[in-house]
Amino acid sequence: MSTFEFLLQGLSVAFDPMILLYALIGVTLGTAVGVLPGIGPALTVALLLPVTYGLDPAGSLIMFAGIYYGGMYGGSTTSILLNTPGESASIVTALEGNKMARAGRGGPALATAAIGSFVAGLLATLALAFIAPWIVRFALAFGPREYFALMVLAFVTVSAAFGDSTLRGLTSLFLGLALATVGIDGLTGQARLSFGVPQLLDGVEVTTLAVAMFALGEALFVAAQGPGGDVGMHAIKGSVRMTATDWKRSWPAWLRGTVIGFPIGAMPAGGADIASFLSYATEKRITKHPEEFGHGAIEGVAGPEAANNAAAAGTLVPLLTLGLPTTATAAIMLAGFQQFGLQPGPLLFATSPDLVWGLIASLLIANVMLLVLNLPLIRLWVKLLTIPKPWLYSGILLFATLGTIGVNPAPAELGMLILFGILGYFMRLYGYPIAPVIVGLILGPMAEQQLRRALAIAQGDVMTLVQTPLAALLLILAALALFVPMILRATGRGQVLAAVATEED
Amino acid sequence: MTGHGQSGRRPDGAAFVIAVLLAGLGGLLLWESGRIPNNAGYAGVGPGDVPWLVGLGLLGLAVWTLVAGFSGPVTDTPPPQQKAPVLWILAGLGLQLVLLKPLGFTIACGLLFACTATAFGKRNPMLTVPVGLVFAFCVYAVFDRILQLKLPAGPVEMLFFGG
Repeated sequence: MSTFEFLLQGLSVAFDPMILLYALIGVTLGTAVGVLPGIGPALTVALLLPVTYGLDPAGSLIMFAGIYYGGMYGGSTTSILLNTPGESASIVTALEGNKMARAGRGGPALATAAIGSFVAGLLATLALAFIAPWIVRFALAFGPREYFALMVLAFVTVSAAFGDSTLRGLTSLFLGLALATVGIDGLTGQARLSFGVPQLLDGVEVTTLAVAMFALGEALFVAAQGPGGDVGMHAIKGSVRMTATDWKRSWPAWLRGTVIGFPIGAMPAGGADIASFLSYATEKRITKHPEEFGHGAIEGVAGPEAANNAAAAGTLVPLLTLGLPTTATAAIMLAGFQQFGLQPGPLLFATSPDLVWGLIASLLIANVMLLVLNLPLIRLWVKLLTIPKPWLYSGILLFATLGTIGVNPAPAELGMLILFGILGYFMRLYGYPIAPVIVGLILGPMAEQQLRRALAIAQGDVMTLVQTPLAALLLILAALALFVPMILRATGRGQVLAAVATEED
Repeated sequence: MTGHGQSGRRPDGAAFVIAVLLAGLGGLLLWESGRIPNNAGYAGVGPGDVPWLVGLGLLGLAVWTLVAGFSGPVTDTPPPQQKAPVLWILAGLGLQLVLLKPLGFTIACGLLFACTATAFGKRNPMLTVPVGLVFAFCVYAVFDRILQLKLPAGPVEMLFFGG
């Protein structure tokens, strides 16, 4: 069957009323968390994982993807109106968007962000649908050593390639890898690092770690800054309609943003933040109105917002076709697949085509829903920003613990939650990134299995890891991704890398 | 991450503490990997090898952090932190952990809610505790009754929903 037929088949799944409802819940929640500062899509998916345990797998996964897309839409609202990004991929949107809002052009800024997100989300999801089958065909030939090399590459790009310090990124990654070894070894059944404590035999739950680090760590960090700091919001004045000039200037920026964002998301090279930053830099370089940049240039909002949505769709390419998460949100979505006993990868396209294509088709529909939610209803979302901080964070903490309590109300599990929360707080204090810990925890055991399988096939010969051209190439790329940024930083050219530090989404 | 990177080359105190902790964790992994039976067999690798590798990596990072700490800052300088709000939140979480089993979801989570609100500056317990209790009760009703999530029940839940 061709991609078109698969997509049509997927649409028939996606138009099921229940599935539409899941998608609607997903995009609504996603927009809300995108708008609210302090919680991002990664945390929201982690919070919802335990709740969806008994629900329909396809519906739940569609909801998670909807949250991811919605988060990318909603994040721009906070950036533009408050100058505090709702999620990390919207940091550059704040640069121009907030200036536009100050100049009374908040409406068109929100509009170009929403429509740009729609255009990019639609094109990128179609690209996902057409590229995925190719990669799947290619990936079927992958053996354990290719997968291992691919995972090493993902480890390096997530932890060390971006951000302002290789050392701190790697430290976070190895912390995640160390936590990943706790529990029963997947290949031999040997208990490791559990010290006779039965609760540790199951290992560290990805959701517990993610919720603790993102929700508890963030709440402790924000609380420790003391009260106050509620920044003034710029009300949306006038209409959200864009003028003809706005349209003319936005179109090319949206398309360029999509072209930049999708491949960056699709390669194991980090997430949406990097894409939006690169898009901003591109727009700034080729603009015909350089004098407006820094004072509210509409291209500076349109490009990055398109790019971060395209990148979100792009991240689904390695996640679905290879089972390889490249962002924290993707890592937690992978945990979601595993919760339902599904392993994303080339085989999933063969064993559950309904689910995969239903998911992809739902994303197209979710995009339309998001456009409706974000343009006419924007004033409603803005109201969310008026929730006072004490109630907001109290609610976040209650929901954060709810997930853990729902799965396992044992004091040991809650104790772990508190411990990791404190760890997350200190990591925030001293500038250690969080995403590598999460990716290390979920990808660590998978990388270990592939490594040990590869070595077992070669009877322990380490050289086997570089004996196929592809595996060798991937490992060389990983080495480059590790050492080139180190050299850049050492020679004082690291600001670019620091600016695109991957945080949470 | 919020960037507070400072220039200036002075030894970084936090880096030394972090290096010691990393070395401790790395040592623990190495010790454990030596302790568990590592039946590599013909495969050449057993369950102990990856912990050994990760432990080695952590020790390497500890040395790196230590060396880098002598010549300049490794970590960001944190902004001034207030202790009281942090302790309030931790107290709330601790209370929840202890009270969850005996008193049930509503009371334990309601108190966590109130403690967190206090940490963020709502200091009137006559307001925060009732709001927290009502909110936690609604959450219980929605998630336990409607979404079938098993949440621990206590006297309050018994009173409203029976056993």
